[in-house]
Amino acid sequence: MNRYLLPLALFVVLVLLLAVGLGIDPKLVPSPLIDKPLPVFNLPKLKVPDDSVKSSDFLGDVVLLNVWASWCVACRAEHPLLVELSKNSEMLIYGVNYKDTRADALQWLQRFGDPYRASAFDQHGLTGIDLGVYGVPETYIMDRAGIIRYKHIGPITREVLDNTILPLIEKLKASST
Amino acid sequence: MFTNVAAIDTPMEFNDQATELRFKKLTEELRCLVCQNQSLADSHAELAQDLRNEVYKMVIAGDSDKEIIAYMVARYGDFVLYRPPVKNTTYFLWFGPFLILLIAVIIIARVIRTRANDLVEEDNEQGNDPI
Repeated sequence: MNRYLLPLALFVVLVLLLAVGLGIDPKLVPSPLIDKPLPVFNLPKLKVPDDSVKSSDFLGDVVLLNVWASWCVACRAEHPLLVELSKNSEMLIYGVNYKDTRADALQWLQRFGDPYRASAFDQHGLTGIDLGVYGVPETYIMDRAGIIRYKHIGPITREVLDNTILPLIEKLKASST
Repeated sequence: MFTNVAAIDTPMEFNDQATELRFKKLTEELRCLVCQNQSLADSHAELAQDLRNEVYKMVIAGDSDKEIIAYMVARYGDFVLYRPPVKNTTYFLWFGPFLILLIAVIIIARVIRTRANDLVEEDNEQGNDPI
């Protein structure tokens, strides 16, 4: 009896490990930027090229920063949620328009709504690289000190918004100095 | 597969061969985030192109391999490295296989010893001298 027990136990352990492995999405790479300050950037505004959006503009507020592009299909999927959020709350939403053309981006906003206080125009994606962007859309939440507290890769879903993002924003707003 | 890095996108010019080799080695050791089973050197993804350009600029500027790798890791994490660093969270990754090998050797040794003893006992029961 005993001689079968060990192989059986090993088999069960292996199955459990494989089961856990199946549940992990290999596309989700943990960001090393969590709990670190938002990388410094200074980009022209999408709508007002002469004006700029700087990372330091966000200091003092809890901010949601959404990296988007007009060529990004998944961005369209999450966009209504952002528009809704901007209408129903005081949340400061900023955008980074990633590797886009100004004309396409402006047209896109006109068509689908503009939830952003301002969008930074990152034409060559260099700020994207500093932010560790590897698949748009990506969403960052910063606390008042400008520390990145959360990053979501891929489109925001209703579930993520209600269960993770909104509670986190409440918490950050309440706890901040 | 494409081995000629420069042929994929904008041609990159190097002052000397050592720098070019360094660039090739670096981009082969860094993983493309978009198509995760390809290196930066192999990938056609747009992000890979951008990152290759960044590596190129840094190589030309004379940054060390260490600095370039640190730049990538700061943005994308250890995931970009095909050879993860040895640290607390990766001990099992690095040494686990040896541990399992050790356990296997111990088990095999024990099985062999038990069988050898059994044979000796059988022989003794039959009144034969052990060889």
